[in-house]
Amino acid sequence: MSRHGLRCLLLAVGCVIAWPVIAHEQQGQAAGFVTGLLHPVSGLDHVLAMVAVGLWGAQLGAPAIWLLPVTFPLVMAVGGFLGLVGVPLPGVELGIATSAILLGAMVALQARPPLALAALLVAFFAVFHGHAHGTELPAGQSGLLYSVGFVAATGALHAVGISIGFIHRWAAGRVLLRAAGAAVSLAGVFFLWRAIA
Amino acid sequence: MSPIERRPRIALFIAALLAPAIARAHLTDTGLGPVYDGIAHLLMSFEDLLPVVALALVAGLNGAREGRLALFTLPVAWLLGGAAGASLGAFAPPSWAPALSLLGLGVLTAASVRLAPPLVVALSAALGLVHGSLNGAGIADAGRDATGLLGIVATVFVVLALVTALVVSLRKPWTRIAVRVAGSWVAAVGLLMAGWGIRAALA
Repeated sequence: MSRHGLRCLLLAVGCVIAWPVIAHEQQGQAAGFVTGLLHPVSGLDHVLAMVAVGLWGAQLGAPAIWLLPVTFPLVMAVGGFLGLVGVPLPGVELGIATSAILLGAMVALQARPPLALAALLVAFFAVFHGHAHGTELPAGQSGLLYSVGFVAATGALHAVGISIGFIHRWAAGRVLLRAAGAAVSLAGVFFLWRAIA
Repeated sequence: MSPIERRPRIALFIAALLAPAIARAHLTDTGLGPVYDGIAHLLMSFEDLLPVVALALVAGLNGAREGRLALFTLPVAWLLGGAAGASLGAFAPPSWAPALSLLGLGVLTAASVRLAPPLVVALSAALGLVHGSLNGAGIADAGRDATGLLGIVATVFVVLALVTALVVSLRKPWTRIAVRVAGSWVAAVGLLMAGWGIRAALA
């Protein structure tokens, strides 16, 4: 191994070795973050709806491409807040399933409503997703880190949707994107049926 | 060197990455003294670190001048607040104040609001006083050495300087939009943090 390679290896090892640092004021920090991070990806209904927001944003182009993914986490936090303070929201699972149906349909139909209407649609459904997240923190875990985790995961899912949505530049990509929207919508129908049954 | 020859070294590197020693973490007891405890506290306490980053985003979006104003106002206010909190712990601001600062700064970043320099100074001062006094009160409650505040304040300065400089240096439109998106995430976390606070108070 060259001297440079050895130095790089030693530097990397030095960076990642965590020496014992005992004593702690706050408990459940890492667990809270990981739980929050995994929560949005633990249910396919959440995943599909959030990816669909990214797909639709990419399809609509600027400024929707960033406005929709900004709107969703912000309003989702409002839903989470309502869930945390104990405000009941009827039909949360129905709302989540319907979000997949409608957001998928928007992508499948290449719908281009006014920006405010698109943002309003995304915001309306974000409340249901947020409420579901807000009521499901396991006891003993850090609420703050849970919140950071699930907001970051939500953003990452939107980013995945936007990245996939860049295929919109090509003719074949546009067809694929619409097919993906239809698939999300169909999955939403399944989730709705499961929620009602 | 062929890819096959590299494999043992890559395996060694990955093994080194995956084999950290025990880390029972963290906060105020690094074993290196109160200043290092303060440094560790800020870097490991999201409720203090996030508002500093959020202020850096706001100040950076507003420009280099506003960034400099925040850079020299926040640490001073944090230190003053910390000293006040350490001596007047009972008068420390309520625990929901960090949630409010996250929410406010996040919204300002997401909306990319143009702030007048005096407002940047006022925001920085308020943030520093609130969080500093909470830190100071916590230090006093735990019966720890108040010099830990120096570590906290020094780290506030470094974090603020680095993040503000990064944001000021951004030129491409999409990078500034990314900063605004980060601001919306901060606001979302602030709102949820407020919810946790209210939930705890109701319990």
